[in-house]
Amino acid sequence: MSDHTSLAIEASELVKSFGDTRAVDGVDLSVRRGAVYGVLGPNGAGKTTTIRMLATLTRPDGGSARVLGHDILAEGDAVRRLVSLTGQLASVDEDLTGRENLVLLGRLLGVPRLAAKQRASELLEAFGLDEAAGRLVKHYSGGMRRRLDIAASIVVTPELMFLDEPTTGLDPRSRNQVWDIIRALQAGGTTILLCTQYLEEADQLADGIAVIDKGAVIAEGTPAQLKASVGSGNLHVRLVDPEQRPEAAQALDLALGSVTLEADPAALSVSCSDADQAATAVAELSRSGVQIAGFALGQPSLDEVFLALTGHPAQVPSDPTDPTLDAEEPAA
Amino acid sequence: MSHLPNTQVDRGSRADEAAIRAAISSTPRPPQAGPLSAALTFAWRGMLKVKHVPEQLLDVTITPVMFVLMFTYLFGGAVAGSTAAYLDYILPGILVMSVLFTTVYSGVALNTDLTKGVVDRFRSLPIWRPSPLVGSLLGDSVRYLVAGTVIIVLGVILGYRPEAGPLGMVAALGLVVVFSFGLSWVFTTLGLVMRSPNAVMNAGFMAIFPLTFLSNVFVDPETLPSALKAFVDVNPISTLADASRGLMEGNVQGGDIVVVLAVAAALTAIFLPLTTRLYRRG
Repeated sequence: MSDHTSLAIEASELVKSFGDTRAVDGVDLSVRRGAVYGVLGPNGAGKTTTIRMLATLTRPDGGSARVLGHDILAEGDAVRRLVSLTGQLASVDEDLTGRENLVLLGRLLGVPRLAAKQRASELLEAFGLDEAAGRLVKHYSGGMRRRLDIAASIVVTPELMFLDEPTTGLDPRSRNQVWDIIRALQAGGTTILLCTQYLEEADQLADGIAVIDKGAVIAEGTPAQLKASVGSGNLHVRLVDPEQRPEAAQALDLALGSVTLEADPAALSVSCSDADQAATAVAELSRSGVQIAGFALGQPSLDEVFLALTGHPAQVPSDPTDPTLDAEEPAA
Repeated sequence: MSHLPNTQVDRGSRADEAAIRAAISSTPRPPQAGPLSAALTFAWRGMLKVKHVPEQLLDVTITPVMFVLMFTYLFGGAVAGSTAAYLDYILPGILVMSVLFTTVYSGVALNTDLTKGVVDRFRSLPIWRPSPLVGSLLGDSVRYLVAGTVIIVLGVILGYRPEAGPLGMVAALGLVVVFSFGLSWVFTTLGLVMRSPNAVMNAGFMAIFPLTFLSNVFVDPETLPSALKAFVDVNPISTLADASRGLMEGNVQGGDIVVVLAVAAALTAIFLPLTTRLYRRG
């Protein structure tokens, strides 16, 4: 049993079907204690269902898993005592105030009344929500709601936290705040299972990443390993004069390889393995007399990761920022 | 959220990493909450919602007032010869009807709750599994009490003076609330099976309307056709109305009370585990 205790999550061959759809089709995961582990995949890949099984909300049809050494089927109560869940839909009560939400959870977790109130104040302040503490959560912005959601998950510090797409639908500033919180949680020793659609998010936060597609893990490794297998990113170049595009394409093709002409007649992009290479190519382009309006080196998108790993693009819905989109599960 | 200039928002709402780290390290794990404590906390949640949206109490106050006035003055003369005579018969009946109607809303509220993410959090907590349901029904019982009190107070204003006095009224109200607690488990089950709050409302009233009207709540069943009378006689709602009248008038049959409590206990015993299982199902 001692090897179990060094792992926070140990799942093997987890399977869950909804009707004819195999939402999760044999997922294996092992996450060591103290890690931030990213599960990367598009909507409908099976991320939420996997989290729900591990958090004992959904019963697997097959396979087994131990969470913090406890079997999710036989020892559900023990699992629930040690984990907390921040769901894709914010798991807070919209009809209560922020403070009431935190006091409510404290009481449900066995914190005495007075201590629960103190704890709520402490968390509201730490998460920058003290001014909004008395307002109903339904009037909160997306970022505030997410912060409250995470605060609610640590009213009693969990040993393992499930975070299901914590930044989907957030603006960049709120996203950065949530990232800061996740880093602080990890520094405090909490293990985090982070589901996300964004490679950048997994790259920023996670020690290890599993890429999941159609209910199965298709690649696993550190962010660096994953990016190495995909290429570090895409160089996008925009020209002042669209007439110069053929010339630019030729030069970039020579320097970096196959160039993609974008829909914008003045833009083109090319994948490259590292930033140095991209910088050299841009400099050469400029020296050759092509006028550059702008350029950017982007991280590979989820689509590009998927293209590289599976040969097919991720089926990301048309509006990936809509947090209510969750094709994985029928309404309960 | 009001729109403040960006810089100000930044300073005010930045999640403070050091403070978060301190907040994480400062919590020893408390002992698990007991079943009663968890249920009462959920009841408190129900009360908070009423506090934030007091309009929710309109349906449990206005509707009963309407029922009392309508039935007393519309049917009183025709059914019992005078409104005063009918009030003696109908008031305990309306008490039963109004409070029972309110139980349907427990199912509607639960169905509405399910569409929200917070239910997932409740499900993931280390608490006695039925406590969210028991708690919200305890909270709803307060609504039943409010509805019942409104009716009794209005009845007294209109001249209702039963033999057993205030004590009898309180006893009748208590019995009706206990029965309603049992019955609401049927509607919470319905609330977990049906697809939308509206569907729960429709199905709920489709069941509770005939059950209430085909009882002795409004009329003495002596004049009914025999088949109908047979149904009315075995309808537990008739027994509840009889028991309420008996408690108010001071001539209650002990057997009626036993039947009412037994039915409430049976409904709870069947539908509480069923509701809990459906609530947990993922």
